[in-house]
Amino acid sequence: MIRPLIALVLTLCLALPASANPALEAVIADNLDQIQKPSRKTVEPLVAEIAATGPEGLALLSAWAGRALGVTDDGRLLIVDGDSARDAVTGAAVPDADPKMLRPNSGVRSVIESALVAGEISSPDPARRAAALASIARDGTAGHLAALRAAPPEADPALAAQRERATNLLAIRFDPDPAARVAAIEGMAGDVGLDFRAALNPLLAVTRVASPTEPKANIARELTIGGDFPREAAIALLTANGTLQPRLTPADQRNALAANIVDGAVAGIPVAELDDPAARDRAYEALEAAGAVPPAATDAEAEAALAANRFFETYAEADRAVTDAARAAQTRAQVRLAAMTGIDLGLDALSLASIYFLAAIGLAITFGVMRVINMAHGEFIMMGAYTGYVTQTLIANRTLSLVVALPLAFAVTFAAGVLLYRLVIRHLANRPLETLLATFGVSIALQQLAKNIFGTQARPLTAPAWLEGSITVNDVISISSIRVAIFVLALLFLGLFLFIMKRTRLGLEVRAVTQNPGMSASMGINPDRIAMMTFGLGSGIAGIAGVAIGLFAQVTSELGQQYIVQSFMTVVVGGVGNIWGTLAGAALIGGLSKVIEFFNPSNTLAAQTFMILFIVIFIQFRPRGIIPQRGRAAEA
Amino acid sequence: MTRKPFILRNPSILIVLAVLALFTVAVTALSAAYGTGAIPTSMVKVLGKTLCLALAAVAMDLVWGYLGILSLGQMAFFALGGYMIGQWLMYARTEAIVAASMAGNPIPPTPQELQEGVANQIFGVVGSADLPLVWSFAHSLPLQLILVVAVPGLLALVFGWLAFRSRVNGVYLSILTQAMTLALALWLFQNDSGFRGNNGLSGLQNIPGLDGIDQATLSVWFLWASAAALGLAYVLAAWVVSGKFGSVIRAIRDDETRVRFLGYPVEGFKLAVFTLAAMLTAVAGALYYPQAGIINPAELMPIASIYLAVWVAIGGRGRLYGAIIGAVVVSLLSSWFTGGRAPAIHLPGYTVNWVDWWQVALGLGFVLVTLFAPKGIAGLFDRLSPPRRVPAPEPQAKEAQA
Amino acid sequence: MMKKLSAMLALTTAMALATGAMAQDGEPIKIGVLHSLSGTMAISETTLKDTVLMMVEQQNAKGGLLGRPIEAVVVDPASDWPLFAEKARELLTVSDVDAIFGCWTSVSRKSVLPVIEELNGLLFYPVQYEGEESSKNVIYTGAAPNQQAIPAVDYMADELGVEKWALLGTDYVYPRTTNNILDAYLKGKGVAEGDIFVNYTPFGHSDWSKIVADVVALGADGKKVGVVSTINGDANVGFYKELAAAGVSADDIPVMAFSVGEEELAGLDTTNLVGHLAAWNYFQSAESDANAAFIEEWKAFIGDDKRVTNDPMEATVIGFNAWVAAVEKAGTTDVDPVLDAIVGVEVPNLTGGTATVLPNHHLTKPVLIGEIREDGQFDIVSQTEPVPGDAWTDFLPESAKLDADWPGKDCGMFNTETNACVQVQSNY
Repeated sequence: MIRPLIALVLTLCLALPASANPALEAVIADNLDQIQKPSRKTVEPLVAEIAATGPEGLALLSAWAGRALGVTDDGRLLIVDGDSARDAVTGAAVPDADPKMLRPNSGVRSVIESALVAGEISSPDPARRAAALASIARDGTAGHLAALRAAPPEADPALAAQRERATNLLAIRFDPDPAARVAAIEGMAGDVGLDFRAALNPLLAVTRVASPTEPKANIARELTIGGDFPREAAIALLTANGTLQPRLTPADQRNALAANIVDGAVAGIPVAELDDPAARDRAYEALEAAGAVPPAATDAEAEAALAANRFFETYAEADRAVTDAARAAQTRAQVRLAAMTGIDLGLDALSLASIYFLAAIGLAITFGVMRVINMAHGEFIMMGAYTGYVTQTLIANRTLSLVVALPLAFAVTFAAGVLLYRLVIRHLANRPLETLLATFGVSIALQQLAKNIFGTQARPLTAPAWLEGSITVNDVISISSIRVAIFVLALLFLGLFLFIMKRTRLGLEVRAVTQNPGMSASMGINPDRIAMMTFGLGSGIAGIAGVAIGLFAQVTSELGQQYIVQSFMTVVVGGVGNIWGTLAGAALIGGLSKVIEFFNPSNTLAAQTFMILFIVIFIQFRPRGIIPQRGRAAEA
Repeated sequence: MTRKPFILRNPSILIVLAVLALFTVAVTALSAAYGTGAIPTSMVKVLGKTLCLALAAVAMDLVWGYLGILSLGQMAFFALGGYMIGQWLMYARTEAIVAASMAGNPIPPTPQELQEGVANQIFGVVGSADLPLVWSFAHSLPLQLILVVAVPGLLALVFGWLAFRSRVNGVYLSILTQAMTLALALWLFQNDSGFRGNNGLSGLQNIPGLDGIDQATLSVWFLWASAAALGLAYVLAAWVVSGKFGSVIRAIRDDETRVRFLGYPVEGFKLAVFTLAAMLTAVAGALYYPQAGIINPAELMPIASIYLAVWVAIGGRGRLYGAIIGAVVVSLLSSWFTGGRAPAIHLPGYTVNWVDWWQVALGLGFVLVTLFAPKGIAGLFDRLSPPRRVPAPEPQAKEAQA
Repeated sequence: MMKKLSAMLALTTAMALATGAMAQDGEPIKIGVLHSLSGTMAISETTLKDTVLMMVEQQNAKGGLLGRPIEAVVVDPASDWPLFAEKARELLTVSDVDAIFGCWTSVSRKSVLPVIEELNGLLFYPVQYEGEESSKNVIYTGAAPNQQAIPAVDYMADELGVEKWALLGTDYVYPRTTNNILDAYLKGKGVAEGDIFVNYTPFGHSDWSKIVADVVALGADGKKVGVVSTINGDANVGFYKELAAAGVSADDIPVMAFSVGEEELAGLDTTNLVGHLAAWNYFQSAESDANAAFIEEWKAFIGDDKRVTNDPMEATVIGFNAWVAAVEKAGTTDVDPVLDAIVGVEVPNLTGGTATVLPNHHLTKPVLIGEIREDGQFDIVSQTEPVPGDAWTDFLPESAKLDADWPGKDCGMFNTETNACVQVQSNY
């Protein structure tokens, strides 16, 4: 946004004769130090001063904000554009300049941008007008309100709507006329936008005061002790405003006693006996009686003070009409807000569920069909993610590389799965627990191998541009595109799986082998080949899941471990041998973790703990999962 | 036939005990504290810890090799035992430090102040200053010693009762045990749980009240204690698996349904063995962590328990000495290869550093053992001397149907 | 220019080889390298192992130390905390090393501490940490909270105008204690309880959508929100990806990270993160001759032109150089004389200043604040003069009264109120 702005300003400068701007030169000379090391807190007057010097000043400011301003050794400021540089004051080109580039921090940049806003609102360039509105939305001032109202009508309908919203929001905060503020609030009532709430909440912010009489302020409500206003809070309030003496803390008491030791005793009580709180109290009371220490606050005093005072919540905003309107608007928004938070939570849960589903679906196939626990499943996910990374290093175009990576990851892990089956699992047929151990060996070998090959650092796997960003309904409901893509991918695989199982020869044979391997073998099905194919298929899907997970999380050799236990849980909770069960399991686990997270937002670890605890208990009561397998296969 | 004492019926017990005694005497004679010093203290500690792991492996073998439950959560009991003893070690040591520093105050501290000081020392590191409820007994060694076996025992009892009652078995049970240890680990990882979160309990090698005794001596004492515990546990485990009780649990492993039809309370047998194994494991943990010096929730992560299973598998499950062999061989090899002293192999164009490749070799090793030596290292002994009576544990029988 | 440089390099290497041969005389001085090469922490620690090896190689090329070559004994504690203690004991008693460079995260240090203190070893700990500790046998070459966290928060409040704080961290001791200190500090500055949001996530967390949404929702009060992130290691990748996807720009909600450096950014695409911040004592983009030379040497040593340098590496370099200087000053590698000699040692850091070893075994370090650039490097937007590291923070009442002064008071936990040494050994 800054770059075209600079170019524009530069062309403006070119058109002007290369004349000096003495006012600007003087300001620069006086403030060179501050220009080089500006601070947000102090830079505002300087920015105003520079802006007042005319177009060169504005050009300098926008270059400064865009980090295109450099300073030479002799204290001249240069506007740098690519390889060329020109003097900020004269506009003259400076060949072979090697200025030290200035790097104002983002706080300073926002001050500068805010100063440039007034001129930009009426700029002919829509991009600059949009940028100006964005800057106002970020931190608007009373000055901006005037500028917005004075600006000529906006032609672009989208920008016009934005500008109207910005004007209203600024009006709520800064309009001197209470009626206009109330009108602005009522005009937007029911809106759940973050910016609107951000404008309302400061109006409704309250402070608690204790006072014998009703204070002269905009009172929100009077508090009664009890409920959401406990007695301790009231006493703290009274202590804070000096009505009550603070209670004696044990440390103060100890220090007071220590200060009054006479001949190894305090008030006649030997020091050695003072390791007992009761003795300390006695000693303190004796000192109090002797006047050696200040009297401590007593319960009776506290009671009296509580009885003598009333407690109020007062608004910082003085105007009653405004606060009433704001409260009404807030109440209207609350129900909608709660509903939307719920929907957003649901989306998060859905997303997590689809990730678990994707990670677990391959496991469900191998476990369901062959009763084999593949501990290396997580490492197949990791292999898929690394395949994605390698593809991306070879093919620069991210969309293309993703299109290549998905089938490639499938192929690589399919091959790995088949290999694992041929070399290990086939020889351990009907020994599921030993298979578990052998595949665990494969798992740790693969993990270390990945470390040896790719190093221990996380590797970048980046989504193409069209998967970046998020789908935003409003300020509350939004979900990142990549998560939506994973959801779609999960649905796709559900469909694919159902299709293979129900509509293809392979599916038929797989179902036959699952039901009765011996019988299907005598019907001419090769159970060994079927098992190998299922294993390859399950592993291949794990590879694709790996690419998907790598797109939103980190690609490391430990990637698989993160998901393996959850995948087991998903399969077991859902019920083995049934894809719908896996789906139900993923939905339950994903949904539950989000709900727990919602109730305990400060501790994500607790959410995971309770989720697993729930699973442990759940399995006790439904050992065969949500959707138990029926028929003869279930008895095995 | 008159019944001989079970030890005489099972000569391997005497061999194991003899080897253990010989080993202990030899290490003592070569230690820095009581002998020539040929074995450095760090090695004595490694050996002592290895004995504890062997004890855990024996318990694991009891559960897996004899009862047929592949518990992937055994290390939860191990670590819980460590946590329980660690609470006392930490509390008592800190209390001594705090009391010493408060002795300089003009006024003697109240018990309340003393406790606050201890809490602040222990939990100040993790940003809290109150003594959590779970530390209520930490001041007393006897109480914590009871908790060492009581807490893991109770956990095993409740968990086992729920799981066995619901007839959860086979792979399901394995995953469930794994979930149990994961849940426990995640819970302990939280600071709010009162066990210092990720920091765990540390400085456990300093035994309160034994300040004057150096680590060289302490390490030998712990070696003795570990050896004694292992010996006793071995005899206990051997007694459990012999006789009628042993026959029943082996029968449960091979076909649970038939045993139930015969009228045996299968759940009761399973629960008894599972709980006993948990308590043995806890004792091992309580001896292990004072030698290791620190305990942390990472010790409970499922991977640790899987390793335990792998040791037993490599050593040879279904025979108790197999478990010991597996634990000793693999953990000592791991220690050697990660110690940086294993010579690198120079291939043309590539140098194999064991630090990088040990895990790969270990992983492939599991696979090979499972494939080609299902009875583990102990199985090799069978080939050397064919047994007179073939007890032939056939653990596969049940699993074939699972 | 390039040619000249490489020719010079070749020349120095040749000279180094010649002098290196000289250094081969005499019994080698052994140092231990105690960094995990496998397990979760290997991600960060392998780099530091390589850094130490590079420093050893360079020192040997310069003729070794006290005329003897240095030999690094590398062990792998495998990210397993008890193993850190075991390997430390092994290094000190079996390999007989004179100094140990190692550990990562406080747990590993607390695991090693009792061993080091018992056997009177010497550990150089190169990572920023939460403070509240000063051991006789440890030199803390990373930042204490007052050298990273406090200045960073000041910067956010003053320069970015942040009024509402989200303290996000991984659930372990560094974030917990740092957040406690920040909580006390911010409240001391008048920030209300309700304006501080705290969240802890497990190691390697990857599902960030809910947390990012929570942070965005904090803006509903109309106050400027800022995030202070103590999220560790690769969990940052997912966090930043989610942040970028949610369209949270640095102008709206700036994120200040204490554990994100060049190494972590190498794992993700930074185009959408431009402007977010990190506070360190070193950035690869720092402009100084020492830094340019170091980066050059590092890339040559590791044989990869894309490898980056980071703050813990600089801390390792400073620690190694300080140890070398102290050994030369003491004329021996014995721990006690070296510890006496090392306090007051000044060695150049890589940002153009010097680092002094303080009596509390911490260093003076400049605080740098950088904004993330598109290329995964940092634009340094603020740099202070070297700040002395404070072992005991002034913002928690219990530790404000404590002080550490090894040469003066022979105590790392000295109560300035009662004028007594609380304890000589550290808390673990």
